[in-house]
Amino acid sequence: MKALSIHKLEKTYRNGVVALKGISMDVEEGDFFGLLGPNGAGKTTTIGILTGLVTKTGGTAQVFGKDIDKEFEEAKRLVGIVPQEMNFNIFEKVIDIVLDQAGYYGIPRDIALSRAEKYLKQLGLWEKRTVTSRTLSGGMKRRLMIARGLIHHPKLLILDEPTAGVDVELRRSMWDFLVDLNKSGTTIILTTHYLEEAEQLCKRIAIINKGEIIENTTKKQLLSQLNRESYVLDLLHGINNVPEILGVTITKIDESTLEVQFPSGKSITALFKELERHGIIIKSMRTKTNRLEELFLDLVEDKK
Amino acid sequence: MKSDLISLYTILHKEVTRFLRIWTQTLLPSAITMTLYFIIFGRFIGSRINDIQGFSYINFIAPGLIMMAVITNSYSNVVSSFFGSKFQRNIEEILVSPTPTWVIIVGYAVGGVLRGLIVGLLVTLVSLFFTKLVIYNIILVILFVFLTSLVFSLAGLLNGIFAKSFDDVSIVPTFVLTPLTYLGGIFYSLSVLPPVWQFISQFNPILYMVNGFRYGFLGFSDISVTLGLSFLVGFVVILFWLNWYFIEKGVGLRT
Repeated sequence: MKALSIHKLEKTYRNGVVALKGISMDVEEGDFFGLLGPNGAGKTTTIGILTGLVTKTGGTAQVFGKDIDKEFEEAKRLVGIVPQEMNFNIFEKVIDIVLDQAGYYGIPRDIALSRAEKYLKQLGLWEKRTVTSRTLSGGMKRRLMIARGLIHHPKLLILDEPTAGVDVELRRSMWDFLVDLNKSGTTIILTTHYLEEAEQLCKRIAIINKGEIIENTTKKQLLSQLNRESYVLDLLHGINNVPEILGVTITKIDESTLEVQFPSGKSITALFKELERHGIIIKSMRTKTNRLEELFLDLVEDKK
Repeated sequence: MKSDLISLYTILHKEVTRFLRIWTQTLLPSAITMTLYFIIFGRFIGSRINDIQGFSYINFIAPGLIMMAVITNSYSNVVSSFFGSKFQRNIEEILVSPTPTWVIIVGYAVGGVLRGLIVGLLVTLVSLFFTKLVIYNIILVILFVFLTSLVFSLAGLLNGIFAKSFDDVSIVPTFVLTPLTYLGGIFYSLSVLPPVWQFISQFNPILYMVNGFRYGFLGFSDISVTLGLSFLVGFVVILFWLNWYFIEKGVGLRT
């Protein structure tokens, strides 16, 4: 079954800005779906329409078969949202924010309490349950919004930039949490600026730019489009001149660091041998950026 | 339906907790202001004013002062709470949920009514230090105070829906509500006004609320009590519908 089905979804704001130009996409049940795009591409508008915060100007959307025009209340019960911006009352206690959200979904207090305990413990917030939310750190606030978004046990969880501003360690723990959640059957749609995040987590990826879907495929297929590799090489000895090797772009970062780019499929051993022939000995090697980021930039640039 | 009732209880519980938590800002000021009114207008000035319709001046103004506190508190509770939720964006917690529009309206409105009634009760208790309140018809007292509180709670919600800044929250209470309240017959009987002002005053809805409420206490009114009750019921229906319509349309809430 399709967790989400969007057909020719359009949004033109009152000021005339066209945010969505009739996008269509499907998300299968159980998927971990990445929706990527630069700022202002239409990601948050799409999410806003699905959650009732933005009024669409055209098209249709269904959540697990429930049409948001005809059965919006039923559709809302199936969706959990973790928004990009903090949107809870900063004067309320952590536990009250989660319990009130359960109340808005009609969940009886005793059930809500046991769920709140479960999610706040899983997300490391149980000890903070009685403090006012404004005293939480940025990472804790984001985790609070995840707990709040899960309290009604949605079948589809939408996370809009959930790890923005979160430190690396915490980001990793949030990733683990989301992977476990997805394994337990929750379909997840993730928008993110951290393309490494999408590469790590998502099974399918759609790229949206200027209100249009410019790519929608599996992560594997998407990455297979990448036709070049980039590495940063740390050299054993410093060099003055950058060697010229056919088919390889070499950029000197500093005296003992080079960046090399070469077509996918070319042997890296051959490259090393070529460099050695020029008297360059490699001490260590690392990827410059994650692969998806390169591809993302290519796709978005192509559409400009 | 059970789900809707849980949702309603949640909004109501949140609203009551909010105004009780900040009781020094929500419950206390009116009690203090009205104490001053009773001292100044009731004792100091009122003792020099002749009886009105056979009642001492302090007896005459007491129902109006209670009503004034109910009106301002009901209105300001809903407008500030609803706009505060919009400002902090936590109104989105409700908007993304399946909470129906009628539940949102009733939840916020009843929250305003409860604050209005609690403050009204406090002012009534204060008035007992200055005068002996008589009650002519308790049913009318309850009906008028409840319906008036409901009307201004719904009006506050409407203001909250349209408000885009804190200025918008204070404009209506300052420039509309306060003048209408002061000119609503709290401090005088309509009969003391020149005929032209008597005529103009009939377009002030607060006149009907204050007089109907006063009738419940003293047994006399400048206007028809039945007409007053009819207006109140009419206002409740119209304001409820307007709130429902604008929330459904997403005015001030959805982009």
